[in-house]
Amino acid sequence: MSKTYFDETHCAIGHPKSTFMQWMLTVDHKRIGLMYAAVIFTFFFVAVAVAFTLRLELFAPGQQFLDPNTYNQVFTLHGVIMVFLFIIPGIPAVFGNIVMPLMIGAKDVSFPRLNWFTFWLYIFGALIALSSLWTGNGFADTGWTFYAPYSLNTDTNVITTLVAAFVLGMASILTGLNFIVTIHRLRAPGMDFFKMPLFVWGIYATAWIQLLATPVVGITLVLAILEKTFGIGIFDPAKGGDPILFEHLFWIYSHPAVYLMILPAFGIMSEIIPAFSRREVFGYRTIALSSAAIAGIGYLVWGHHLFTSGMSDIAKVIFSFLTFLVAIPTGIKFYDWVATMYKGKIILSVPMLWALGTMITFVIGGLTGVTIAMVGPDIHLQDTYYTVAHFHYAMLGGVVFLFFAGLHYWFPLVTGKMYPEGKAKIAFYLNFIGFNVLWFPMFIAGYQGMPRRYFDYLPEFEIYHQVAFFGAVIFISGLVYMFYVLIKAWKNGEPSGTNPWNATTLEWHLPTSPPPLENHTKVPYVDFRPYEYHHGEPVVKFDLKTMKRID
Amino acid sequence: MSHEYVPEIAVDRDGKEHEVQGWQGDFYGGKLGFWLFMLTEVMMFGAMFLVLTYYFSLHPADFLEASSELNVLLGGTNTVVLLISALTMGLGLLKMRNGDIAGAKLMIWATIILALLFLGIKAVEWTNEYQHGVFLGLDALQSGNEHSKPFGQILFFGMYFTMTGLHGFHIIIGIGLMLWLLKRINAGKVSTEHHILHFNIALYWDLVHLIWVFVFPYFYMIGAGDVVGGVINAH
Repeated sequence: MSKTYFDETHCAIGHPKSTFMQWMLTVDHKRIGLMYAAVIFTFFFVAVAVAFTLRLELFAPGQQFLDPNTYNQVFTLHGVIMVFLFIIPGIPAVFGNIVMPLMIGAKDVSFPRLNWFTFWLYIFGALIALSSLWTGNGFADTGWTFYAPYSLNTDTNVITTLVAAFVLGMASILTGLNFIVTIHRLRAPGMDFFKMPLFVWGIYATAWIQLLATPVVGITLVLAILEKTFGIGIFDPAKGGDPILFEHLFWIYSHPAVYLMILPAFGIMSEIIPAFSRREVFGYRTIALSSAAIAGIGYLVWGHHLFTSGMSDIAKVIFSFLTFLVAIPTGIKFYDWVATMYKGKIILSVPMLWALGTMITFVIGGLTGVTIAMVGPDIHLQDTYYTVAHFHYAMLGGVVFLFFAGLHYWFPLVTGKMYPEGKAKIAFYLNFIGFNVLWFPMFIAGYQGMPRRYFDYLPEFEIYHQVAFFGAVIFISGLVYMFYVLIKAWKNGEPSGTNPWNATTLEWHLPTSPPPLENHTKVPYVDFRPYEYHHGEPVVKFDLKTMKRID
Repeated sequence: MSHEYVPEIAVDRDGKEHEVQGWQGDFYGGKLGFWLFMLTEVMMFGAMFLVLTYYFSLHPADFLEASSELNVLLGGTNTVVLLISALTMGLGLLKMRNGDIAGAKLMIWATIILALLFLGIKAVEWTNEYQHGVFLGLDALQSGNEHSKPFGQILFFGMYFTMTGLHGFHIIIGIGLMLWLLKRINAGKVSTEHHILHFNIALYWDLVHLIWVFVFPYFYMIGAGDVVGGVINAH
């Protein structure tokens, strides 16, 4: 049997004998992606468990078992882990690393050793973040946004968390840089930008956001650190500083960061929909360019987080209008996907189920986003559960659901095994139902005035919190079951073969499954579009030994 | 990973051959990557200039007043020192490209010495300011005591120490990079044929001096003329 990337690797320093050290020092993009996946999903479950304690506390009005200050620290911990350690690195770090080079026919990313360094920088940042749990006066209680002036005055361990966020930002920048150069330099001969798979377009747009927006929040965090240690006065009203400036600088990054999360997820959707409709994607160019458009417009909308913070009415109207514009390229994508399925040969496999489920949840998340982008309603809904429900529908029901879709779609590629279809479907339905039961009541509670980040509430909101609690129980069971099914399939599953989905993109034309160390046996010449189907069959076929077309 | 890289050939359906770009020895890729990294530095300092401009617009008089307290002579000397160091760095790169390794090393050493000179002058400046009671953490830059400066001046000096400090940090990193570069040249890893490291460090140094070219006028020169008396004091 031929060797796969599990059997051999290149290392950053020397070539150690022990398998463990080979994993620690590996520069292979597939192994690095897999290690990211292990760490990232571990953090995901930690943050889910943390969120579940919040739900338990909120089961009834009044204090149950968390005191108010601990409650503040717990939701901050949930936010910091989910945002900085899970969802921002998320899809690019895992599938950007594993799949993107395979899709463009490259042997690795442009700077493999930098990639290795970046992974450890991420681990280092994660350790700093976690260390603040047990050092100083406890974990930050500011919320993940660290708004000044409270973050400057609180005596909890905000500095450590800020340093961690800065280090994680550096890792994010270097990943983006690596991917931009890779996509520019290492595409297989003949593959121009409009022959790239759409996931690569998503990663490309994301990488630019990582590169251009992250430094701004990085320096903002540095300024906040200097403020706390030396008192430079920049955000401190006692010295003439302007705390709202912090909000502006923070959201100049953190709003594009939202699109940084969703763009690669849309990329996954654009892979799955044509593969399981057995039909060439509708409007390839519009999907590709709308990714770039979302990345571009995403820079200009940060002000919609500040409608209630003090901003001129003109600015509010402009930011509101610019925010509406984001809905246009997003809408284009959705109509393109629907049009792709029209008259296609739809196969309701697990990845397709996740993708279709996301179409429902993300549309709810997206459209409720448009309502709070309007200045008037936002004054009413800002900082209520409506907003909480909105961004969980968009982030969890959009990004994370598509992450899971990708997890099922590329599972056979990464592991060489196939999971049991029936069980994975049960896991999907548990997740989908649990998710909606968990979050939908919050729209209603928020609309009626339930504020976010409160540890107590009026008795009339009890019913919504209790329904949400039962949703959470179903949802978490679904998550655990899904991972159980996948991990078990990795151990005992049937071999999947190299192209179980009859998909067309290059990552499904590897000589072995799982792939060998340096990917394709030969780099192919790409003179075809990424999703060519004819009567439900892939048009382009390769001789996997020579990577020459044989159709 | 140090094995000799032989570019692969991809053959299209007409039998035409196309050279495949690998990640190994990709000079253009290395250049592009570092330019992108420079872009992140620009965004970072850009955000600080944004903060600076915003507070300048709120407290113009205080800013001019505070600016006039800085030592233009030392700051100006440092600007010249840094500009010359950019020249020596560029000459070193030219020599490297032309195969004059010894000359290139000489120029890198000259750059290092100029960088140290810059840091020395900077240290003298900061010491003087400290002795005049103007430094982060001292009373003059805290609010609510008898030595407190007005808001605008606190913000000016806060940004001054932050930005020149971060710039100085970049100089120190630069010196470290140049020493590393010399080590790589001595080890034969950087040569005329393979000088991407030298190229990128030169690029880095250019950016560091370019940032100073903006820092200098914004902090030292806005109050350098006789304009302070002509502005109505806002306080």
